Amino acid sequence: MLEQSLIEQIVSQVVAELGRGAPAPSPKGPAPAIPAAPAPSAPSMAPAGDFALADITSPEQKAIPLLEHPADYDALIRMKSRTPARIGVGRAGPRLNTKTLLTLRADHAAARDAVFLDVDEKRMEALGLFTVSTKCADKNEFVTRPDLGRDFSEEALELIRSRCQKSPQVQIIVCDGLSSTAVSTNAPDLLPVLLEGLKAKGIQTGTPFFVKNARVAAQDRIAETLGATVVCSLIGERPGLATAESMSAYISFEAKVGMPEARRTVVSNIHKEGIPAVEAGAYIADLIETVLKARASGVDLKK
Amino acid sequence: MNSDQFLSVGIDIGTSTTQVIFSRLTMEDTAGYFSVPRVSIVQKEVVYKSPVHQTPLANEYLIDGDAVREIVAAEFRQAGVTPADTGTGAVIITGESARKENAALVLEKLSGFAGDFVVSTAGPDLESVIAGKGSGAQQYSEENAAVTVNLDIGGGTTNVILFDCGEARDRGCVDIGGRQVRLDADMTVTYVSPSAARIARFHHLSLETGRRTDLSVLKSLCDAMAQLLEELLGVSEPSPLLEEIRTAGSTPFSPSRPIRAVCFSGGVADCIYQSGKDPLQYGDIGVLLGDSIRRGRLFSAFRVIPARETIRATVVGAGTYTTSISGSTIAYDPGLFPLKNLPVLKLSQEEQQRCFAGDREFLEQKARWFLSQCDSDHMVLALDGKKSPSYGELLSLAKTVAAALDPLLPAGLPLILAVHSDMAKALGQCLRQSLLSRRPVISIDSIRVEQNDFLDLGKPLMNGLVIPVVVKTLIFG
Repeated sequence: MLEQSLIEQIVSQVVAELGRGAPAPSPKGPAPAIPAAPAPSAPSMAPAGDFALADITSPEQKAIPLLEHPADYDALIRMKSRTPARIGVGRAGPRLNTKTLLTLRADHAAARDAVFLDVDEKRMEALGLFTVSTKCADKNEFVTRPDLGRDFSEEALELIRSRCQKSPQVQIIVCDGLSSTAVSTNAPDLLPVLLEGLKAKGIQTGTPFFVKNARVAAQDRIAETLGATVVCSLIGERPGLATAESMSAYISFEAKVGMPEARRTVVSNIHKEGIPAVEAGAYIADLIETVLKARASGVDLKK
Repeated sequence: MNSDQFLSVGIDIGTSTTQVIFSRLTMEDTAGYFSVPRVSIVQKEVVYKSPVHQTPLANEYLIDGDAVREIVAAEFRQAGVTPADTGTGAVIITGESARKENAALVLEKLSGFAGDFVVSTAGPDLESVIAGKGSGAQQYSEENAAVTVNLDIGGGTTNVILFDCGEARDRGCVDIGGRQVRLDADMTVTYVSPSAARIARFHHLSLETGRRTDLSVLKSLCDAMAQLLEELLGVSEPSPLLEEIRTAGSTPFSPSRPIRAVCFSGGVADCIYQSGKDPLQYGDIGVLLGDSIRRGRLFSAFRVIPARETIRATVVGAGTYTTSISGSTIAYDPGLFPLKNLPVLKLSQEEQQRCFAGDREFLEQKARWFLSQCDSDHMVLALDGKKSPSYGELLSLAKTVAAALDPLLPAGLPLILAVHSDMAKALGQCLRQSLLSRRPVISIDSIRVEQNDFLDLGKPLMNGLVIPVVVKTLIFG
């Protein structure tokens, strides 16, 4: 019975706080939590069963057509399975359905998060990568000043010089670019395949590291600083509403600051729905071998 | 744009006709400049069609092998093609000719004619698929996302195949065809097939060899045959007769999805699409059967689409559609190709999971059993694979496969994997790592194979990006 009164006390406290509009800070730190699994006698506060909230951005939810009474339901399902575009979503009068609108906003939020969140440096450490930052102080500066995202302070360059092997055949860098999500998702699967692949070919890979707030051309300064023959950046692509997880690899032979973009070889669309990260790793290893043999990258390689 | 072409020969030896075609397949890297290559066959062009020859027979059942060889040799000369020009090819022995003795004979007589690949294959089920691809029904189904049925109505049998968005789903075969009853010029019956006799008996029609008959009897018989085809496609309730005329050894056809469109191929198809032919032009019931079908309910129940090929559907399908290509990011060691008749050990989803989890013993046992069963040194380990596997999963799978199969295969022979999902290049790299390069590796993807299939792997094309692959369900010899 003591338990019963305790529950009643918590419930009334919570109700009172809801009335005030915001939870009162608890003297001991975190606000009192609503019991995760309420006792049988207490009214259930968590939505359950049919009322459980589904993740509207999940592929399963997006696969459900909202169009009412399609002429051929199965054909619609199949069409939807072939494109991430929002087809078969129906409408409410001249407007989007509420769910479509909410999904769009959720996808947009995921895209914003991908740009503005930082890559977890612990994850990069787990891959054996140390972190260097470009001249950008934060994400705001990163998105507004592309020039600073390509350059490093003297201290940063000194750190690179002190920690990295000089004149490697291939210098690999992992960059957040415009999607931290892409890098966190794909780099852990791609990087080991790429390193092993290059090792098996007898190509020496120097000391890979992680660059924060980096644009693609940050690789030019790094290649010059270390005297790398080939530099390869694994970098997050600008997220869209279809995926925020897409990564690219930019590979340049004898990169120089200010060189034309046409001299870079690119592999794009590395993500679950594009080319799988591990497969991309094996492919990029071959590609780097080709670049080394041809002593050219980008358009020069295609000639 | 990077592209490559190869010539493919198709040879169809059927119950009544033998045909040869040559087609030119063009491959192209269709991926954009900034993507990983994606090579696909972008064009299939039939460059030479032989006339329709009567299949030479030594007796009622046996093909005259030397005469067939003569026909094929003459067509090669006529087309100006030497066997060395053909990159791939298929010999399909169909209908009642598809006997083991015939297949062995043809294989022996035609070896050296169809380039590096000679596929000798048969069976009514596979024939249905090939005809449906050759007629254009498969392409229509894929392009229009429509359930499309192809009826390949030949001399002795009708092969049925249902394509759902381009994928072959349900197949079957019944003994209905244009040469089930043959006549001479004065309407004397010279041949009645067992199936035609059965249909006639069921409908109380008198039809006997050696006796004269008249058009009304033949029309009634053809109406009955057309009705059976309607029953087969579910337009009307099936009668007991339908089961009786199912071709021995074929799957009973039951449409798994509502049919939208129907396409006709085979010799009788010309008599369906074109009216006004002389009913006894060919000395058989083909024209009348075509009329009955055209007047029947198939035309009102479904959308009837034109066929790209009619009498040549099977041979075009054989020469054009039996070869596919692997994915464009694969791993292999040079100098191993071509490889022929590799038996396939296919892992189920659950078995594949055990291999991802590192169950070496299980895979070793299964592979040992398989190698002893098929009495072969070579084998292909096939699995569906995973969409975007993690590095850990990949490494674990590679280690398991390498540890299980390396001790079983004779020294020096390659370890061959065929995966459906796009992961073969990375898997191949991890396999080499696990094997410490003791043995060559072939790891290809984008290939769907089943247990008991056989694979032919050709010489790499497109500067080594892809490998041509033929999946066979049966081999002879």
